[in-house]
Amino acid sequence: MTPADNSIAIDIQQLSKNFGKVNAVDGISFQIRRGEIFSLLGTNGAGKTTTIKMLCCLLTPSKGNAQVMGNSITDHPEKIKKIIGVSPQETAIATHLSPQENLALIGGVFKLSKDLIKKRSAELIDLMELTERKGSQSRKLSGGMQRRLSIAMALMSDPEIVFLDEPTIGLDPHARKSVWNYIEKLKGEKTILLTTHYLEEADALADHIAIMKAGKIIDEGTSFELKKRFRKGQSLHITTDIIIPEVLEGLKAKNLMVRNDNTNLFIEADELDIYDIMDYLRSKKLKIEGLQLREPTLDEVFIELTERGGES
Amino acid sequence: MRFLSLSKRNFKELFRDPVTVLLGIALPLVMVLLFASIYERTRFHVFSPTELAPVVNIFSFTFLLMFSATLLAKDKQSAFLLRLLTTPLKPLDFILAYLLPFLALSLLMIASCLLTGYAIGANYANIPGILLILFLVGITCIGLGLILGSFFTVSQVSGVGSIIITAASLFGNIWTPLEMMGGVFKTVGYAMPFAHAADALRFMVYGGRLLDVSEHLIWVLAYAVIFIVGGVFAFKWSTRPK
Ligand SMILES: Nc1ncnc2c1ncn2[C@@H]1O[C@H](COP(=O)(O)OP(=O)(O)O)[C@@H](O)[C@H]1O
Ligand SMILES: [Mg+2]
Repeated sequence: MTPADNSIAIDIQQLSKNFGKVNAVDGISFQIRRGEIFSLLGTNGAGKTTTIKMLCCLLTPSKGNAQVMGNSITDHPEKIKKIIGVSPQETAIATHLSPQENLALIGGVFKLSKDLIKKRSAELIDLMELTERKGSQSRKLSGGMQRRLSIAMALMSDPEIVFLDEPTIGLDPHARKSVWNYIEKLKGEKTILLTTHYLEEADALADHIAIMKAGKIIDEGTSFELKKRFRKGQSLHITTDIIIPEVLEGLKAKNLMVRNDNTNLFIEADELDIYDIMDYLRSKKLKIEGLQLREPTLDEVFIELTERGGES
Repeated sequence: MRFLSLSKRNFKELFRDPVTVLLGIALPLVMVLLFASIYERTRFHVFSPTELAPVVNIFSFTFLLMFSATLLAKDKQSAFLLRLLTTPLKPLDFILAYLLPFLALSLLMIASCLLTGYAIGANYANIPGILLILFLVGITCIGLGLILGSFFTVSQVSGVGSIIITAASLFGNIWTPLEMMGGVFKTVGYAMPFAHAADALRFMVYGGRLLDVSEHLIWVLAYAVIFIVGGVFAFKWSTRPK
């Protein structure tokens, strides 16, 4: 990366890390643009945490390098540590300190002024919905609140770059949604690298997704691009009371992919002519109890990709 | 002064835990009082407040060791330390932050032990000497705590820590005079700093000078230097980028 290219926040080249014989990260390369939310998506053990740890200079790469805002992770960790905020995979808070004190601690470590610490911690506490408990020791907070505090601590120094390692792991759906809302608010303001194994999370938040498996990036793109590339076409899910073989034959004759069990009918094609299908089913007197048109989900892309990757 | 924020946190973490107050402050006081009551009946000089309060203090420093090792091991295990390692804190900041609160606690322990002894009739002739020896033992224990905390997990720390506490209690020349035990016990006892410190203190409470106990002093000083330097290196080693 040339210094002039300031649209790139993180530039990773052939980054590798092995622990003994385990290639935790195996020659990955990608770039993260400034202000975007980039998601590393992968199952447990894919190498996401190891990647983040190298980028925040906790681990030294076995091979390759990366630049964070133009600073090499091997040569200038001290510069990088001033501009990043990290939310580790495990909740990382001081349990005997209140949320307020935890945030002030980070503020102090980054040498923020007293006034700024006050102002910013108040904002973060408000944003993370911790106001009611801001003064109680963190060990007494619920898991969800502790998690939100842990994320807030990553933002206390107003870092240019934020690493969120599985930010919503172990949260209930409601708490997860509120963390998503918050991350969404940061969109465009901060460069965020977010790892997750929740597909909906990457889908909902990320501008750009890289799918990681066994230390490698096996595909990369926007959620839309990934879906388009791996599941073309649409699928129609019909619930009915009884399915007669004649109907199945008739649909197959229209060049449609048809699957079914007793009461469910799945019709797939690159492009479905729904009016035509409906007319046909009506002519066969099929009683339609439920109807759903589905676009491919990122789940399907992910499962297809990681399973296919597994065979190679 | 980035380390001050973290020192403050460690200080609070320490003092907000009731165990600190119970084991670090209350238990030694109870011991001093208990042994003083034995002294009332037996008149065995080892249990007199004058001799006992300072040496109980030595023993209580083994809890200090547990506290510092546990805090560090806990922070390592909980990813809290990991988070701090991604901030601009430098190795020296960490070391100061993990030392200072324990130094403060050790001073508090010294004050509370000696003053309790004083309240029940102890008489310390060479106070500066006593303070120096106690301070060195405190440093030794904090340093050893850093070493243990750097290498061990919380549960390992409680195992190893219990062994050290037991060893200090049995062979530390605290309330079981090594001279009476003799043999291998005596050898083990005098291989550790506690017995030397206890001997030196027993001498100084009656007005002995540091020079008179120079051999014990060298042992105590050497342990203090080795463990504090070792602690600093252990900490740096265990937190280096791997
Ligand atoms: N410190 C370590 N020592 C040995 N192996 C490790 C270490 N850290 C991670 N690994 C291994 O590296 C691989 C990737 O781990 P990780 O980066 O934590 O994956 P993820 O975050 O995607 O779940 C796993 O096989 C894991 O067991
Ligand atoms: Mg992980």
